[in-house]
Amino acid sequence: MSLAGGTTAGKVSSRGPLDEESREWLRCLAGTGRDSRSNAEREQALARLHDLLLRAARAELGRRSRPAGVEGRERDDLAHQAADDALLAITGKLDRFRGDSRFTTWAYKFVIFEVSAKLGRHYWRNPPPQAGDDAWERIPDRFGADPAQHAESRELAGALRRAVTEVLSDRQRRVFVAIIVDGIPLDALAIELGSTRNAIYKTMFDARRKIRAHLVAHGYLDDEEPRTS
Amino acid sequence: MSGWQELDQFLRTDPQDVGCERAMEVLDIYVDAVIKDGAKETERRFPGVAAHLRACGPCGEDFAGLLAAVSGASS
Repeated sequence: MSLAGGTTAGKVSSRGPLDEESREWLRCLAGTGRDSRSNAEREQALARLHDLLLRAARAELGRRSRPAGVEGRERDDLAHQAADDALLAITGKLDRFRGDSRFTTWAYKFVIFEVSAKLGRHYWRNPPPQAGDDAWERIPDRFGADPAQHAESRELAGALRRAVTEVLSDRQRRVFVAIIVDGIPLDALAIELGSTRNAIYKTMFDARRKIRAHLVAHGYLDDEEPRTS
Repeated sequence: MSGWQELDQFLRTDPQDVGCERAMEVLDIYVDAVIKDGAKETERRFPGVAAHLRACGPCGEDFAGLLAAVSGASS
């Protein structure tokens, strides 16, 4: 994994030319407060931005609410919290806006991240029942196996379980089982382990690579092309 | 369907994948580029970010959410 960024992440400039709308947002939000007019302008801009963020948070929670299980009043509370926290973060980081994107796109990014973080925390308020001992038997379903193909499904579950047991470190095994077998969302697991999305993803990235190499070495997967069913 | 093909796809890793941190840093730039130049051209310009968004569920969700927010606001 190329975590250093570099060319694969794409080139971004240190300070792009601002479009007219972004320049106007910055001018209003960075009001110096030295006179009542700039104060009023800043307050109006903050209210307008909060309104945009709240609408985006509501829409995003609506888009994700079914899998996340957040409905009604609770969902609207989360939307308000996400908009409030995003506004606070944006106003604290205005000097980091480099103009490589439109200001509103940059601002929406904060509220989308807030929604993700809040849903990750929300998961632990009402977690689904712990997966039982038969969780490994349901793994083939996770990868779209036909329930009628019992022998193939058992072979897949058995091979994957042996790979997880034999080649992963304790940390990799814990993370892989939590996400793939127990179905815990990655962001929720990061909170549970006091970690970050990036660190958990990196752990999973390494685990996937090791498991695949093991399955290739034992003839379950081809080294080049995906195995067809 | 035996599940092997899907498992293989899931286990394959792309060495260009930049990881969550870097992808999220430039997500706003990536989304504006998708809107302006289209997905294909943006994937060509940001191959490491595109590889990450294909493989990482949570970052893929954030990408879809930001794209929807920006598209909804401009429509």
